[in-house]
Amino acid sequence: MSAATVQLASQSELELQATGRRARSRRAAFVWLGRLLVVVVVIGGWQWFTSVGWVDKFFYGQPTAIWDSLVTLFTQGTAFGPIWEQIGVTVEESVLGFLLGTVVGIVFGIVLGSNRYLSDVLNPYIKVLNSIPRIVLGSIFIVAFGLGLFPKVLLAAVLVFFAVFFNAYQGVREVDQNLIANVRVLGASPLQIARHVTIPSAMTWIIASLHTAFGFAIIGALVAEILGALQGIGLIISQAQGRLDPDTVFACMVIIGVFTLGAEYLITLLEKVVLKWRPPSRSESQPI
Amino acid sequence: MGTRVPPDTSGSAIGDTDDAARIDIVGLTKRYLTPKGETFTAIHDVSLTVEPGQFCAIVGPTGCGKSTTLAQVSGLEHPSDGFVSVGGQRVDGITKGVSYMFQSDSLFPWKTVLGNVMMGPVLLGTPKNQAIKLALDWLRRVGLAGFEDRYPHQLSGGMRKRVAMAAALINRPRILLMDEPFGALDVQTKAIMQAELLQLWEDLRPSVLFITHDLDEAVTLSDRVVIMTSSPGTVKDVFDIDLPRPRGDVQEIRHESRFQELQGQIWASLKDEVTRAYERSAAVAA
Repeated sequence: MSAATVQLASQSELELQATGRRARSRRAAFVWLGRLLVVVVVIGGWQWFTSVGWVDKFFYGQPTAIWDSLVTLFTQGTAFGPIWEQIGVTVEESVLGFLLGTVVGIVFGIVLGSNRYLSDVLNPYIKVLNSIPRIVLGSIFIVAFGLGLFPKVLLAAVLVFFAVFFNAYQGVREVDQNLIANVRVLGASPLQIARHVTIPSAMTWIIASLHTAFGFAIIGALVAEILGALQGIGLIISQAQGRLDPDTVFACMVIIGVFTLGAEYLITLLEKVVLKWRPPSRSESQPI
Repeated sequence: MGTRVPPDTSGSAIGDTDDAARIDIVGLTKRYLTPKGETFTAIHDVSLTVEPGQFCAIVGPTGCGKSTTLAQVSGLEHPSDGFVSVGGQRVDGITKGVSYMFQSDSLFPWKTVLGNVMMGPVLLGTPKNQAIKLALDWLRRVGLAGFEDRYPHQLSGGMRKRVAMAAALINRPRILLMDEPFGALDVQTKAIMQAELLQLWEDLRPSVLFITHDLDEAVTLSDRVVIMTSSPGTVKDVFDIDLPRPRGDVQEIRHESRFQELQGQIWASLKDEVTRAYERSAAVAA
């Protein structure tokens, strides 16, 4: 090949790349346009319907009123103190509950997943526990432990536990038996098997469960607060419900939503770091 | 920094090709209880010997208990009857100085190439930087220098096999158990892997038990070919392969007359078994 054809080839390669990139950015812009449209239709429609009176804003709130109530919450605080304090309380409860539930869930999942006897013994009880509505435990925790932090953390942890436990258990069960045979032949102790094979292998399953588990932590903390609390977003919600004030309830939902998105982002970061060995999914490269 | 393992012998717990690498399988029987509660005899009264440093292939129809035999030799399972002895010692629990290679790569997808290869020494308690040095050396030997930081999914099938070979051989095992290691490879890659395996084997001379469906592969690689029959698995015939070593080009050797003669003899023995096993499975399916 002469120098000229080489240059030509690389030039057309560059052109192809540029065309591909243009197509991609055009597509991205189109997606964002669609997303914006959804927001405008939903929020705008809501605002419009409630202003015209087709939908009663007394029951269903109104976007501008929700905004006003958000502003009030952040500027004037709540009946129980500044809003940041309430957010802090709820965040603390859900994060502690999340951590507690996750750690206990992983430990139980791995122990039961790798011990056939224990798993056979406890299996029916775990099924029973899983089938009862655990959220009701909140009432018991509040009666037993009062209105403070602990019962909220406990309820959040109970909800998180089952989500994480079942995934960790399944993850351990799915470990490639050849890998275990391989390291056993090489002389690995049970602890080494857990460290080098079982736990990393189950990690895919465990991390996947953390997304839903965090949602459960929030639900647990909020519900426990609604059932009985001295502070927290859940308390603001139940007070607003008593005052027939849907705007404040929606405002609280927005606050919690923002916080959950942030937590979700952190979990995704963790996922990227821990599971960096995984092949990229096919959808990440697109045909041009 | 520990100083208990001198660098050169790290991992090689066992000496050269003395009797330590001899495998005697005597009257080996393994029964399983099926979920229905019936007993199923996977292998019945299997006896065979692998001389130290010998390359022994086991060939037989599907379901004749080849893998079961390997599991008893490694000590991962306990025989129902009979025994295996390695280097004159009866196998009871995991046999020391054994490495396994399976048809699936059996690499840790979450470890890098380097991490995979250094598993062997690490499990033996070799200090980390020595294990790294050893693993790098082995990666060079299998032609994968420069690929240390890749993850298995970033490699081709042949490269993954090379990593698995390095990982299996790094501890200088006295016995190498291979369960259809090249079964899933395409024909060209398979030939390359066979040549590389032979080369590495010539260097280290572990005793090898090599399971395969591929008769050509068995004759090309081995000193001894064992034919097993199915349900229950027993030894039908043993052939000694007297092709000279080193065998060199594994593609060339297939055209030699002695190769074809041996291959023909073994196929005659195997053919009935394969047909019988096929008919039986067809009858079950009908």
